[in-house]
Amino acid sequence: MPPGISLSDFYYILPEIVLTAGALVLLVVDARLPRGSRALTWVTMAVLLATAVSLVPFRNTDVEVSQGLLAVDQFALFFKVVFLVAAAMTVLMSERYLQVEGASFGEYYFLILCSTLGMMIMAGSIDLISAFVGLETMAVSFYILAGFIKPNQRSNEAAVKYFLLGAFSLGILLYGMSILYGVSGTTNLRTMATVFVGHERNPLLVLAVILVVAGMEFKIAAVPFHMWAPDVYEGAPTPVTAFLSVGSKAASFAMLLRIFVEGLPSMDADWRLLFEMLAIVTMTVGNVAALTQSNLKRMLAYSSIAHAGYLLIGVVAGTPRGISAMLIYLLIYSFMQLGAFAVIVMMRRKDVVGDELKDLSGLYHRQPFAAFAMLVFMLSLGGIPPTAGFMGKLWLFGAAIDAGYVWLAVIGVLNSAVSLYYYLRIVVFMYLKKETIGSEPTLSPALTLTLGVAVAATLVLGVYPGLLFDLAEASARTLGASGVTAAIR
Amino acid sequence: MISAYIPIAIFVVVATGFAIFTLVFTSLIHPEKYNKVKLEPYECGIEPATDARDRYSIRYYLIAMLFVIFDVETVFMFPWAVIFDQLLLFGLIEMMVFIFILVVGYYYAWQKGALEWV
Repeated sequence: MPPGISLSDFYYILPEIVLTAGALVLLVVDARLPRGSRALTWVTMAVLLATAVSLVPFRNTDVEVSQGLLAVDQFALFFKVVFLVAAAMTVLMSERYLQVEGASFGEYYFLILCSTLGMMIMAGSIDLISAFVGLETMAVSFYILAGFIKPNQRSNEAAVKYFLLGAFSLGILLYGMSILYGVSGTTNLRTMATVFVGHERNPLLVLAVILVVAGMEFKIAAVPFHMWAPDVYEGAPTPVTAFLSVGSKAASFAMLLRIFVEGLPSMDADWRLLFEMLAIVTMTVGNVAALTQSNLKRMLAYSSIAHAGYLLIGVVAGTPRGISAMLIYLLIYSFMQLGAFAVIVMMRRKDVVGDELKDLSGLYHRQPFAAFAMLVFMLSLGGIPPTAGFMGKLWLFGAAIDAGYVWLAVIGVLNSAVSLYYYLRIVVFMYLKKETIGSEPTLSPALTLTLGVAVAATLVLGVYPGLLFDLAEASARTLGASGVTAAIR
Repeated sequence: MISAYIPIAIFVVVATGFAIFTLVFTSLIHPEKYNKVKLEPYECGIEPATDARDRYSIRYYLIAMLFVIFDVETVFMFPWAVIFDQLLLFGLIEMMVFIFILVVGYYYAWQKGALEWV
C-alpha cells in the first residue's frame, strides 16, 4: 500500500462506498428488468436504507481520513442523515409522477443516488479539492435530472439554464479557490486556517472571499445570484425540484460552513459583513417576489430563496448556537418543503398539470388529508406555532440576538410576517373556494407515507423540539472545534 | 517579481500589434476581386456538395458520447501505468475497481440498446 493510505480510510468512507455500490447494483437491475418496473423504487429505498445503517458505527467518531480530504464527524453525520431522509422522501414521491409523465425509472433513481453521494462528500469535505468534486457530482446529476422529462420543453429549458449558469458560477468559485490556494499554499481547510493566523489583511484574500461567497451563493440560491431558481424550479420535474430545493441547498450550506468557519475564521469580519448584507437582501427580495406568483412551484422557489436568507442569519451569527440553530432549521425546512412539493406531485394527473394556485381550489372537499397536510406545511413555512417552522425561526433569530445582531432578527421577523400573505393564500384556495378543476386527485400509498412522515415531523418537532437540540448542538461544536477556529471564537 | 512578467507583456503587445498592423495594412493595399469559387467555404479543396447545416441521426451523438466516455478512461490509465511499479497490488486493485464501474456502465448502455444502429 502506498504511504499515507491505510485500510481504515476505506472503513471510514463505508457509507459512501455502500451508496456507490448500491447505485451500480441499481443500474444492473434496471438493465435486467422490463421497462417501468416498480421494483426499482424498492431497490432504491433499500440502497438508501443500507447507507443509513452503515452510518451507525460513525455516530461518535471525529477523525480525518484520506490524508485530510474528508472529515468523519458529527457535523458531517447530521447532514448525511438530512440528505438520506430527503432522498428517501423524494424517491417515494417520484414513482407516481414518473408514471404520469411516462418517464423511465432506472436512470432517474441512479441520478438521485449519485447526487446524494455528491452531497455526502460535500458535507464531509475539509479540503477544497474534495469539496469541489462532491459539488460537481451533485450538480451534474441535477443538471440531467432537471431536464429529465425529455418531451417537455420547459424541463429542457430548465436543464439548459441550470447547466449554463451553474457552470459559470462554478468557474467563479474555482477562481476564488485558486486564489485561496495561491495565498495559503494548501487546499486543506484546517491547515489553511492555521496559515492565516496573524496574517495581515491581504487584499487578494478579500477578493478570494468575495469570489467564493459568490459561487456558494449561487448554489444556495441567494440574491443576487438567485435568478436561475424560479425558472429551474418551475421547469424541472416536481420531485426533482423538491430534492433540489432541499438537498442541494443543505449540502451547499454544509460546504459553505466548512469553507468559512473551518478554513477562513481569520477573515470572519469580511465574510460576516458580506453574508449580513446578503441575508437581508435575500430575505426581502424572496418574500416580496413570492407575493405575486400564481404558479405554486415558482412561489415555493421564491419562498426557498427567502429561506436561504433566514439560514444565512445563522452563518452571520457564527456562534455554535447560531450554527446549531441553522442545522435544526435546515432539517425542519427539509420536511416542510418536501411535504409541500409532495402535495404538488399529488396534484399532477393525466389531465391537469396541477402546479397553478387555482388548481388547488376546493382541495379540502376532495382530499381532506392532503389539504390538512398542506395547511401544516404552509403554517410551518410561515413560522406559526405549534409547528416546527416556528421553533426553528425562534432559535435562529434568538441566536442572532445572542450574537448581537438584533436588527437582523427584526428584519427576519418582519419578513416572516410578509410571507404569511402568500402562504395563507394557498390555504384560502384549498379551504374556502368551491369550484374544482379536472379529475379527482388521488393519493398513492407512497405519497400518503411521504405526507404522513412530513406532517408528523413538522408537528412533533414543533411541540417537542428538544429531540433535535442536543444533536444539532453537538454537531455544531465539532465544526471547527480543532485549534484555530475555537481559539478565535 | 513583477519584472519577470515584462517579457510576457512585450510579447502580448507585439503579438497584438502585429495582428492589427497586418489587418489594417492588407485592407489598404489588397485588390478587391471576388468570384464564386473564391467565396465558397474551403474544405480540403473539395467542392461542397450540400449545405453544411444538415440533419443527421441522433444516434451519431450517442455513439460519439460513448466514445468520449470510454476514451477518457484510457487517459487515466496512462499515468497509472507509468507509476505502476510504485503502486503494486494496491494500484492494481484500485484500477480494477475503476474499470469495474466502467464495465457496469458499458453493460447498462449495451442492454439499453445504445450500441445498436437502428
